[in-house]
Order: sequence, then structure tokens, then C-alpha cells
Amino acid sequence: MAVEPESPEQRSGRRTRRYTTGKLLLVVAGMFGFGFALVPMYNALCQLTNLNGKDKGMLAASNVQEHEDDSREVTVQFLTTVNGGRIWSFAANTPQIKVHPGKLYTVMFTAKNQQDDAVVGQAVPSVVPWNAARHLHKTECFCFNQQPFAANEEKQMPVRFMLDPELPRDVTTVTLSYTFFDVTQLAQSAVKPKS
Amino acid sequence: MAHAHDDAHGHDDHAHGPDKGIMRWIKTTNHKDLGTLYLFFSFTMFFIGGLMSLVIRAELFQPGLQFVDPELFNQFTTMHALVMIFGGVMPGFVGLANWMVPMMIGCSDLALPRVNNWGFWLLPFAFTMLLSTFFLPGGAPAGGWTIYPPLVLQTGNSFPLLIFAIHLMGISSITGAINVVVTILNMRAPGMTLLKMPLFVWTWLITAYLLIAVMPVLAGAVTMLLTDKYFGTSFFNAAGGGDPVMFEHIFWFFGHPEVYIMILPAFGIISSIIPTFARKPLFGYASMVYAVASIAFLSFIVWAHHMFTVGIPLAGELFFMFSTMLIAVPTGVKVFNWIATMWKGSMTYETPMLFAIAFVFLFSIGGFSGLSLALAPVDFQYHNTYFVVAHFHYVLVPGAVFSIIAAIYYWIPKWTGRMYNEAAGKWHFWLSSIFINVTFFPQHFLGLAGMPRRIPDYAVQFTDFNMVSTVGAFGFFISQFIFIFNILACCYGWFGRQRNATAQVWEGATGLEWSVPSPAPYHTFEDPPLVGDDGMPVHGNAAAHAH
Repeated sequence: MAVEPESPEQRSGRRTRRYTTGKLLLVVAGMFGFGFALVPMYNALCQLTNLNGKDKGMLAASNVQEHEDDSREVTVQFLTTVNGGRIWSFAANTPQIKVHPGKLYTVMFTAKNQQDDAVVGQAVPSVVPWNAARHLHKTECFCFNQQPFAANEEKQMPVRFMLDPELPRDVTTVTLSYTFFDVTQLAQSAVKPKS
Repeated sequence: MAHAHDDAHGHDDHAHGPDKGIMRWIKTTNHKDLGTLYLFFSFTMFFIGGLMSLVIRAELFQPGLQFVDPELFNQFTTMHALVMIFGGVMPGFVGLANWMVPMMIGCSDLALPRVNNWGFWLLPFAFTMLLSTFFLPGGAPAGGWTIYPPLVLQTGNSFPLLIFAIHLMGISSITGAINVVVTILNMRAPGMTLLKMPLFVWTWLITAYLLIAVMPVLAGAVTMLLTDKYFGTSFFNAAGGGDPVMFEHIFWFFGHPEVYIMILPAFGIISSIIPTFARKPLFGYASMVYAVASIAFLSFIVWAHHMFTVGIPLAGELFFMFSTMLIAVPTGVKVFNWIATMWKGSMTYETPMLFAIAFVFLFSIGGFSGLSLALAPVDFQYHNTYFVVAHFHYVLVPGAVFSIIAAIYYWIPKWTGRMYNEAAGKWHFWLSSIFINVTFFPQHFLGLAGMPRRIPDYAVQFTDFNMVSTVGAFGFFISQFIFIFNILACCYGWFGRQRNATAQVWEGATGLEWSVPSPAPYHTFEDPPLVGDDGMPVHGNAAAHAH
């Protein structure tokens, strides 16, 4: 192709095209970042709305004060799932109990490692219905920490919880579900940097 | 198309015609060559994806397992979707944009020709990589094209290839989109104001913005999958504090605009074809532009209607339900404008017009089933059934694919200088239209009766409708050979070497692309034309030729 000298219009045309291209590339980079920014945004939104177990279910409630409302009775059901295979047997000792809001109760869960190897478990809680989640307070829960199991070890694990009296009136049944995950590998990789 | 430019014609005084041989296609930066490459690539992918769908339909002809085992069946459903969406429909539209956008706005080429070449040549590598996974131990990805974790994280050796193939497709789409935006914003001929641009250019401008906005989000999502699987992050792993539902949100934040990426250019094509054969200007041009813009905006706030059943609070279900139903308003504006354009027009029914009318009718059926799915309480019943399959195939096949076919019939005389065979075109149209309905209409009934999607086997009461659907699928696939024959006949002059198409081609056609000779010279509008109020060059055809 013959090289012709650039006219001023051609040069300024090229400059505007470069400018627009640059702006669009910035948008692309921004949107790539936005994809990752959705992660903290999603977590914040879930905490705000108590969705998907992202409420304070993973954390111990502080300054829980009992003031029992014995005029109401709410059924609390316990659901247990083991993620990915039969690593543990895992169940609540009582599948459901009736509670009064404003009173602390303790229930026990039993998990038994079915393997001949040691494993580390992590329970992830979830509460249904969603508008009950913010009214369920746990002072003690095996889900607060990772649970190491020796080979074939069986554990009794307590949960101490209270439904506060502000629980919406229309809620008569609350389901507390725990899914047990095998986090042996995650636990190992988390320990490494400290040692 | 391929050899349309091989014969030297028209540009005697400056000899930058195409190079000879294979290097012409590898090194080309010409928008017409790249448009041709994109279109042939798209045909190849439609053919491969179509073969996969035939395996799926053959397996579903009868209950029980006949031809493929369930694992392979899942690989075929997953790959069919990925190949058709990213390899068939999207490159098809990019090919049309390459060919037509510069010729419609009166510039000589796209703004970034080398980037254009690079963007195209990423695709064969991406799809070779993706398709090669069939031959790996463990086979191709089988977790569905929506690649939901944790299922997709169980994919074997093909997983990283899937992720990198999606990255490459994304880069290719983004470069193409940037190119289209820069061209349209900066290189319009004098007099071609924004609100004088043909609707195909408008819809592509908006589509390109959608691509720029959402393809990077998909890239982010698949990168998170990659690090979750290999680098111990827990974006979507509940055990590590992540959430698999979050993937669905991020994916559909990309996925719903993606749906419109695959239909907005179709709207532009139909808005070009109907006025030509109704011999009337498009009814409600400005409202068409605003309708497309509002559809694009709404596409960003409706994503969760794909996931009504994951457990969204009532307020969320209602928000996403109503915002989704709101999309029917601008879409309705478009459909009624097309009908109003045809109203009292001097209509003729050449093949592009037949496909365009079928588009309006059949796309609307797909729109209506979409409205049914938008109803959150109803969606709990329809979710993951064949009703969903029927819905999105109605909007994608007689929608997006018919529009690509219509566009090729409409513009191929301009590209090759030869008219396609009208009788063969009509046969192609009627067979396609009948068989596509035979294929997909019974799937509505299957879905309502409760047949789930993505399964190789089903309960015996679903047999009859599945048999009908399979017959339709094979009929549709075979009918497409008429189309391939017709296109190749245009390219290679099988009905005679003479180039019989006039510059205007269609009696009612208006727009800059019809002011250049047929076949369009290798270089057009090297000197930009002055565009008059009617959208045609003020000085006739003179500017279209060489310097």
C-alpha cells in the first residue's frame, strides 16, 4: 500500500477513535472489576435482608437477655444434611421442639465420622422463613468453629439458641437447617501460612 | 460470498484488491472479508451444533436409552448450547455488522481493522479448544451451559479448557463490540446523524454497549470458578463462607443482557427488510430506537427471573416479575410498528420478507411464552421443564436464526452481485417454518405436562410429542441444505456467472448500502458520501466508486 502523508483531518479522526477506544476499554476493565465487586455487595445485601444464611447465624449473639413470652408457642424444626457423600452420619437428637420466644433452649446434635481417616467438618446454618432469621440468636453453636473428627469419632454437639419476642406473629414454625461440609483441605491450606 | 471479490472489477486506479490465496483470509483487515469469514464460521458452528441437537433428538425419539449414555447426553446438551450461542448466533450477527455497518453509515471500514482480524481469529482457536474436550478422558463439560457450581466444579480435565474457551470468546466479542461502537460514533458520513442511522446500525450500537458491559462480568464469573476449583478460593463454596446462589446472580446479570444481545440485531434486520418489501418507510422510527434502548436498560434489572425457585423473598419475586413483564411494552411497540409498516403497504413476498414476517409471528409466540414464565407463581411449575426449552428455542430459532437467514437472503445480491434462486428460497422458507413449529410447538405441551429438561430418558406418556418433535428437528436440519446450496450458488455462480443484481437490488430498498454497485466493490466509501434527508447520497452513486 502506498504511504500517503496524513492529512490533519485524518490525524484528528484517528485521535478521536483512539480516545473512544480508550474510554470503552476502561468500561471493560471497570465491568470486569464490577463482577468481583458483586461478591461483597451480594454478601452485604444478604446480611441486610438475612438471606441465604448470610445473617448473623454464623456468629455468636452477644448480650442475649431472656424475657420469656409464654403466651406464644413456636415450633422449631432441625434439618441436617451432609454435603457430598456419606462422610458423617449427622442428625439432631430431637427433630423438633416447641419453644416460647424469649427463652434460651439447648438442643444436641450427633455427628459420627464414618471414615477411617480424620476429617474436619464445618456446618453452615440456614433459617427459614427468611423473616425469622434475624430473630434467632445463638449463644453457642458447633457451627461457630470447624469441627475436627478423629477416625470414626462420634461427637455430641450443642446448640443454645433463643427466638426473640419480636419474632413476627405470623411465624409459627421456624426451620433451622445445617449442612455439614468436609473442609479438611480448606483447613489445611488455611493453617499453612500461620505455621 | 467467498469468491465474489476475486474477479477484479471496479477499482482500476488503485490496486488494493485482495491478496491471493489463503493468506488473504488470514491477514485480511477488510471488513467485507472478515464479515464473510464470520458468517462462514457461524455456518460451521450452526452445523456442528445442529448435529449435536440431532443426537439429542434421536435419543429422545423414544423413552429409554437408545444411542448415547446419560453422561454423553449431558455433554451434548451443554455443548449444543455453548456452540449455538457463542459460535453460531453471536458470530453470525458480528459478521452481518462487519459487512453492513460501514456500508450503511458511509465509511470505508471499521475503525480498528487489525483488531477486527484478531477478534475473528480468536474464535477458531476458542472453539477448537472447546470441541476438543469431547476427546479428553472424562469427556466434554456436562453441567449445562449455565455452568452452575458446585456441579460444574466436578467437571474433569475439560474444565480449564471450557473456562479459557469462554475467556477467548469473551475477548473476541468485546473487541468486536468496541470496534462497532467506535466506528458508529466517529466515522459516520457527513449528514448521517444519529437519528438518521438505519435501525440495524442502531440496534448494533446498543448491542455492542451491552456486550461491553456484560462480557467482562462473565469473564469475572468464570475466573472465580477457576480459582474456586484450583486455587482454594471459596467464592461459591458454602463451606468456606461462599454461596453457590451468588454464582447464579452473577451469571444471570450477564445472561439476561446476553439474551438481548442475541435478539436486538435481529430487530434491526427485520426493521430493514419489512419497509423494503412493504414499500413504505418504517412506521415509528424514533419509537423503535427508544424501544430498543429501553429493552437494553430493562435487561439489566430482570436477571433473577431465571432463578425464581432458589428462594427469593416475596418482594424480590414481585420486583423481578413486574420488571420482566414491563419488557413486553417496548417489545410490543416494536411488533406493532412492524405490523403498522406492513399496513396498506404494496407488499411482495420474496424470501427475505417471508422470513421477516415469520419472525414477527413466531418471535411473538416466544415472547408470549416468556410472559408466562415471567409470572413467578407459574414459574414454579414451569421451571426446568420443556416449556422453558420451547420458549427460548422459539425466540432463538424462528427469532435470531430466522433473522440471520432473512438478512443473508436480503443482502447476498449486494455481496455477490447474483440473485439467489427464489424458488429454492421459498422451498427453504416453507420447509423451515413448518418443521420448526413441528419441532418446538409440542415441547410446550411436554413442559406443561411436567417433562423436565436435560434428561436422556422420560416417562412413556411423553412419547408421542417427543416423536413429533424429533421428526421436526430432522426435517428442519435437512431443509437447511437448500439454504447452503442457495448461498454457495450465489457465491460461485452455479446459476450462471453473470452478476445480474442491480445496485438497488430491491425495488423498495433505501439506504447507503444500495447506492454502491452490486457486488459491492472491495473498498466502498473511501471518500465519504454526503447523506441527504432521505438517507441516500446527495450526488448519486458517484461517491461510492473510487477516488
